Amino acid sequence: MPEMNMAKAINLALHEAMAKDDRVIVLGQDVGRDEGVFRITEGLSAKYGDKRVIDTPLAESGIIGAAIGMAIYGLRPVCEIQFAGFDYYGYQQMESHAARFRNRTRGRITVPLVMRAPYGGGIRAPEHHSESKEAIYAHTPGLKLVIPSGPRNARALLLAAIADPDPVIYYEPKAIYRLFREEVPEKTEIMPLGKANIARVGKDITLITYGASLQAALGAAEKLAQENIDCEIIDLLSLSPLDIDTIIDSLKKTGRAVIIHEAPRTCGVAAEIIAQINEYALLYLEAPIKRVTGYDTPFPYFSKEQFYLPDSDKVVLACRSILEVDGDNK
Amino acid sequence: MPRTPVNISAQIDYLSILDEQGKVDKNLEPNLSADQLKTLYHYMLLGRRLDERMLIMQRQGRLSTFAQCTGHEAISLGAAFAINKSDSFVPYYRELAGMLYRGWPIEKFLLYWNGFEEGAMVPDDLMDLPFCVPISSQLLHAVGMGMAINIKNEKRVVIVFFGDGAASEGDCHEALNFAGVFNVPVIFMCVNNQYAISVPLSRQMKAKTIVQRAVAYDMPGIQVDGNDILAVYSATKDAVTRAREGDGPTLIEAITYRIAPHTTADDPKHYRSDEEVAIWLKREPLVRFRQYMYDKNLISKAEEEKLEEQISNDIKKAIEKEELLAKSPEFNDPLHIFDYAYGEMPPCVQRQRKELEEYLQYKRGSYKKGEN
Repeated sequence: MPEMNMAKAINLALHEAMAKDDRVIVLGQDVGRDEGVFRITEGLSAKYGDKRVIDTPLAESGIIGAAIGMAIYGLRPVCEIQFAGFDYYGYQQMESHAARFRNRTRGRITVPLVMRAPYGGGIRAPEHHSESKEAIYAHTPGLKLVIPSGPRNARALLLAAIADPDPVIYYEPKAIYRLFREEVPEKTEIMPLGKANIARVGKDITLITYGASLQAALGAAEKLAQENIDCEIIDLLSLSPLDIDTIIDSLKKTGRAVIIHEAPRTCGVAAEIIAQINEYALLYLEAPIKRVTGYDTPFPYFSKEQFYLPDSDKVVLACRSILEVDGDNK
Repeated sequence: MPRTPVNISAQIDYLSILDEQGKVDKNLEPNLSADQLKTLYHYMLLGRRLDERMLIMQRQGRLSTFAQCTGHEAISLGAAFAINKSDSFVPYYRELAGMLYRGWPIEKFLLYWNGFEEGAMVPDDLMDLPFCVPISSQLLHAVGMGMAINIKNEKRVVIVFFGDGAASEGDCHEALNFAGVFNVPVIFMCVNNQYAISVPLSRQMKAKTIVQRAVAYDMPGIQVDGNDILAVYSATKDAVTRAREGDGPTLIEAITYRIAPHTTADDPKHYRSDEEVAIWLKREPLVRFRQYMYDKNLISKAEEEKLEEQISNDIKKAIEKEELLAKSPEFNDPLHIFDYAYGEMPPCVQRQRKELEEYLQYKRGSYKKGEN
């Protein structure tokens, strides 16, 4: 089994998808000759030509809108928005059209497209290059939303997203593109959308997270293990649909949870998870649920981004604060 | 009814005053005084030297990713020179020379590319906007400012900059259309540097020019040699005069070339040849303007050396100032994250601020539970 980083694994999935199915089209800004500003589309243009790997004019709405047309017409477009902070121009197309065609035509017209976009902070990037606005898509019925956390699941989930009959937002946590390498199976692997992964088994407290924030959770679990606190970590992978069953099963065991993401707090993904826990598992709780998230401010320019982002110490503090609460529910 | 031609009046000129060798067309030469020309030369050189210095600092890890402006000086500076201080200058992000002339202190640019919001703090005496990263969205802001000028019955104008890539965004169409409909005093300066990162002009649009859109929006349009500061100045001056007289917007397409990479994170070897760059290096704006200054006896070797030294000192002083600011507790307090999200801090943000404060105490080892 070869080892590779996440950037390479996403590139591998694109190669596999294009080789297997000639309906798969890659389009976006600088994806062809330049092979992507993060080199995610490396080798695709050389292999498949400019008919299937399309450098578009600089227009996000154009990219998404055209991808919708292609998808309706039987292709499988995988479009790249260069940075998630620029996908708002395309959101109108996503919300008003990609997300709705199936519903408003009673299934007659469907839009099987994938929108890839690097998102998140931590790489000392210029303004508008570090946003995490996944909640907007999670809040849009008709769209699916996937966020990988490492090479192996990145590849397997992108292949699932491309095969999916509905529009899928595939947000790539760019801070971990090349952070670590992992074994990726030789044989094509596809993971189902809508299924969370238990990244660490534990019994005292459940850390729920996704994307680059998984690293903060893993770091915190290691620190807390030295205090004999045993963390379970749920890596969501899909934010829509959300695998609430895995979360509830874990909470039945631990009774405590901290939810971690770098997106702003208000109406963020953590808020929805807490609401569902409230609805389906309130009586299992031993303590209030804590959130470690970005703050309700615009993403700060990079001289202060490390203070905005979740890290293992913030998670440790949150865990300690609720471990001290004795709910006496057990 | 027969088929008859639709009458669309369309005449678009290309203006060049200072050729590649720095030879001036006497008939078109703008009437600028020796002092004015010296000022232009000063800021052009300052823009160039600061850009070069920032590239070195970026390579040394003292700045992060930044967008070089080398080769673009004539456009932002020539345009800035054609408006008044009380007018508005709305950049995208390659208007270093023009913004320096407008009065932005050097250290602002160092702070900006070093990750401090303070670098985007517009000087108090300007109604200008800071850099705009998301591409073409600033065009509509300029139009709105122009509408406000009309509503307030003022005689001011707005100049707004955008690239050839930005011309592909929907906002560009919306802005030009609004500008025509509302007859705003706005000058649209398209910096056609022929590349949007790796995508060449030929892939950006099928049309041969951007300026021909002026016809579609029924406004005056002119194409200029963007490496010729006299042409940029003259074309802008004409547009400003019209705008100030209530005659509405103008589209100017300034033809230049992005000699440098898109940003320091870009490697143009992936998508263009050194030969192509070499052709455009010969046409760059500073060399030909220097030649013009020499030909007019407005500068001597000794004066030029003195100017270089003065600029070098000014940059050095600004770097020292920036480094002091960047290290100062005032600029580094993480709690400043919360200060400007809202005019009045909402309760949820106040709680989050307190949460970060506790975390910082914990990191310093001074956090005791229950203290806060």
